[in-house]
Amino acid sequence: MFQKILTSALFAGFCAGLLAAVLQFVFVQPVLLHAELYEGGDLVHFGADPVTAHPELPGFDAMRDGLSVLFSALIYVGYALILVAAMAMAAERDIQIDARKGLLWGIAGFVTFHFAPAFSMPPEVPGVAAADVGLRQIWWWSTVAATGIGLMLLAFGSNWVAWGAGFALILAPHIWGAPHPDTLIGPVPPEIAALFASRALGVGLIVWAILGALAGYFWQSENQEEAIA
Amino acid sequence: MTTLVKSTSRSSVLPIVAALVLGFGIITVAGHVQAAALHDAAHDVRHATGFPCH
Repeated sequence: MFQKILTSALFAGFCAGLLAAVLQFVFVQPVLLHAELYEGGDLVHFGADPVTAHPELPGFDAMRDGLSVLFSALIYVGYALILVAAMAMAAERDIQIDARKGLLWGIAGFVTFHFAPAFSMPPEVPGVAAADVGLRQIWWWSTVAATGIGLMLLAFGSNWVAWGAGFALILAPHIWGAPHPDTLIGPVPPEIAALFASRALGVGLIVWAILGALAGYFWQSENQEEAIA
Repeated sequence: MTTLVKSTSRSSVLPIVAALVLGFGIITVAGHVQAAALHDAAHDVRHATGFPCH
């Protein structure tokens, strides 16, 4: 069974990770590089003179961008392992998954790992002011855990107690509040930060939806092969 | 029949847990560990994926 989970997750995660890397290069990386000009002080926001919104950005960097492809694939293989393990858990309860249902599971994964943390702690552009990284990581993991369990209760609960608890769990991290910086000293213009956050989330949604569909497809075919054999 | 179902369930707990541990391990190392080399290598992806970075 571990082999089936691993095979499905590797295929689905690797394809999704490559897609994520391509989408990141086209839609996110230019915004990130633009922000780094402010982070590094090459451009100054609210300086004496207005600054062009279209500066020349650094081009392709084989080492840096190669590492991005590698880590993108790695992270989505990690997500895929968690997603397919959850599918295997569902299969134990006679819930069958295919590519169509996988799409929904992928969107639930996006909500759990990207959207819920972003609701109170938006994807950070380089140079943004932020609270202590350790505190933010604890909040990030707690939010992911609460949202994941909450969504599971909403999707598979069978009574109002379960649904109510699921809803409360999803809201709790945001009522508690994410760690925010004491002072706002980020040098990056809000236009860039806003575009970065929405692009990062948009790419996340596309890639997670495809990851879910692929994971559902590969998981189903792995199980069919066994049934035939 | 009951025995069969039970034994299937028991044998599937370990692989599921193993996959979860491996998955969360990868996310922790690739997305969260602050060691300088890892941070620099994964920098752009960490930002683009919405992990707390610096």
